[in-house]
Amino acid sequence: MQAFLKTGKLSAADKPSTSGSKPSKKKPPAPWVEKYRPKTIDDIVDQGEVVQVLRECLSGGDLPHLLFYGPPGTGKTSAILAAARQLFGDITRDRVLELNASDERGIQVIRDKVKSFAQLTVSNTKADGRPCPPYKLVILDEADSMTTAAQAALRRTMERETRTTRFCLICNYVSRIIPPITSRCSKFRFKPLAKENVIKRLQEVCSAEGVDVGDGEVLQQAVHTCDGDLRRALTALQCCQRLLGKVTADGLIEVTGLVPDNLVNEYLSIKNYNELEIFVKKFLMDAYSASQLLEQLSAAVVCAGHLTNKQKCVISEKLAICSHRLLDGGAEFMQLTDLGCTIIMANNNP
Amino acid sequence: MSLWVDKYRPKDLMKLDYHKDQATRLKNLVQQSDFPHLLVYGPSGAGKKTRIMCLLRELYGSGAERLRQETMHFTTPSNKKIEIMTVSSNYHIEVNPTDVGIHDRVVIMDLVKNVAQTHQIDSSGQREFKVVILNEVDDLTKDAQHALRRTMEKYVATCRLILIANSISRVIPAIRSRCLTIRVPAPTENEIVTVLHSVCKKEGLSLPTELAMRIAKAADRNLRRALLMCEACKVQKYPFTPDQKVPEPDWQQYIRETASMILTEQSPKKLGEVRQKLYELIIHGIPPDMIFSGLLCELVRNCDISMKCQIASYAAEYEHRMRLGNKPIFHLEAFVAKSMAIYKKYVEESLGDAF
Repeated sequence: MQAFLKTGKLSAADKPSTSGSKPSKKKPPAPWVEKYRPKTIDDIVDQGEVVQVLRECLSGGDLPHLLFYGPPGTGKTSAILAAARQLFGDITRDRVLELNASDERGIQVIRDKVKSFAQLTVSNTKADGRPCPPYKLVILDEADSMTTAAQAALRRTMERETRTTRFCLICNYVSRIIPPITSRCSKFRFKPLAKENVIKRLQEVCSAEGVDVGDGEVLQQAVHTCDGDLRRALTALQCCQRLLGKVTADGLIEVTGLVPDNLVNEYLSIKNYNELEIFVKKFLMDAYSASQLLEQLSAAVVCAGHLTNKQKCVISEKLAICSHRLLDGGAEFMQLTDLGCTIIMANNNP
Repeated sequence: MSLWVDKYRPKDLMKLDYHKDQATRLKNLVQQSDFPHLLVYGPSGAGKKTRIMCLLRELYGSGAERLRQETMHFTTPSNKKIEIMTVSSNYHIEVNPTDVGIHDRVVIMDLVKNVAQTHQIDSSGQREFKVVILNEVDDLTKDAQHALRRTMEKYVATCRLILIANSISRVIPAIRSRCLTIRVPAPTENEIVTVLHSVCKKEGLSLPTELAMRIAKAADRNLRRALLMCEACKVQKYPFTPDQKVPEPDWQQYIRETASMILTEQSPKKLGEVRQKLYELIIHGIPPDMIFSGLLCELVRNCDISMKCQIASYAAEYEHRMRLGNKPIFHLEAFVAKSMAIYKKYVEESLGDAF
């Protein structure tokens, strides 16, 4: 797919030059996330152990099958891509097969494409005679969205082709990977990134892009809104920059679709039904997202000092039910009213 | 003669009546070299489509306004032929994929592929991409949304998507993170009043402020509805008087009647009559979730707080079931029966207390 995109861009860039009448257009700027993806494994933020292991492999050791798991935006894909680039250099494209959830990944693809790729033997020298590892790499990104059947089809392939191929599976939830696969891989957990490191990284990117972020406050906000997800933070910053021309705390809230904190608190302190009705109507008219409210509410409820444990339990339970219904497609008005009623009851009977 | 709603629809981003900051931002966005995928969301009548049409005009000039309707044909993997209406200009195409129900995935994949593979005919055109507008993205099946995510990445060189949704709760995060999300809140009542005044001025009518206020209130922050109501008022009686009756959508009245039937008598016989009414509403194409919320608002009006909570929680439960099932009438009726039961119990208890 990478190749497809590239050719698309090339042809687009070619066209103006053939017509001659138009000044050649510069290529559309890449998303910051891609532009500032770590080039080497030493650039990876945090994640000591994984980097350690990958470094060993780079210095000549063998690579085991890998299973990376952890929350989104912690550098899983970046780590393996950087490692692959360092391992294979300019022949990366021939040696690496990357499949992610947006590619077709049914059992048929595993059987045909992955298997035939895995069976190829490769030499241990590059075309120019320099040595390189004698194996290929198959990266299965977002592996938790693969069907169980497809995963099962992978089992034997993984074992039989160890001589020529290493697999790297990347997922958010390791529990969605079938045990036979996990036992064949060495597992690495990617921790959520530490706040200071995220801020440091964002600062680097911003200064490289020439974006003025003022004092640390805006970046603090960015980290806060995206809790530890570096990719989301970067995307939010870029969106904000693109839409507003500058990065501000309010702008960040707007582009990430967050519900302002005062609304969350207002919802949590509602005491009678009329208030609730007005609040819900206004909330929906202002086009905030109910599921986002629930997400933020659950954090707020847990931390709320003025609620007793019992109140917290009651509210949280209803919150879970309502969130489930919302995901099934229930009407936001109904669910917010329902949850609001529970909050009223809880507020009135402490 | 067209309706006021269409006649006075702003055609230029700078001429929009409210959310002006946002309009300026959108204009800036067009100037930049890269134009991202957009996800525009807001309640109905907030002006999402107006903004998008303005944006298209900004992108492509007035050519984007020459619209034509076409019917496109698709074949599903199971060899079922489906057809769907599209509205398109030379630069963009707009469809409503939910029209074909569960086959929306096919429509999205094929349509976007078709559009993306044909390059702009006019090589001197300033944009290298076409625009695909998808309506009601929040009602797409999960399957279709996942297909969308793949298509968005794949054809980014030749086409941009503008997605329209009422709320982003039901849009999967993967899509949200790939788009620039633009929130369009509904206009406030004051903003509606201003718009009503300016439209009436253009029509050469004088509109009393009081009446404008009342129309704005009745319209529920929906500008389209407000304009339609205003026009209806004019047809009914002109010159306007401040205490003129504001015509209400008759389905709202109908729901209110239904609710009062439930409250007057709680018996199986009445339930049968209510069923007739519900059928009537459904036949006239009122979405069942609006019937639900209408009924809920009316039913809880005269209850005490604990009963309100009970009814609200049952409404939420039955509404959820309705989403999962496929016959709305069962769940509407279940809700009616349940609220009758709650109400009757309450009345009996309070009567018991009285003696």
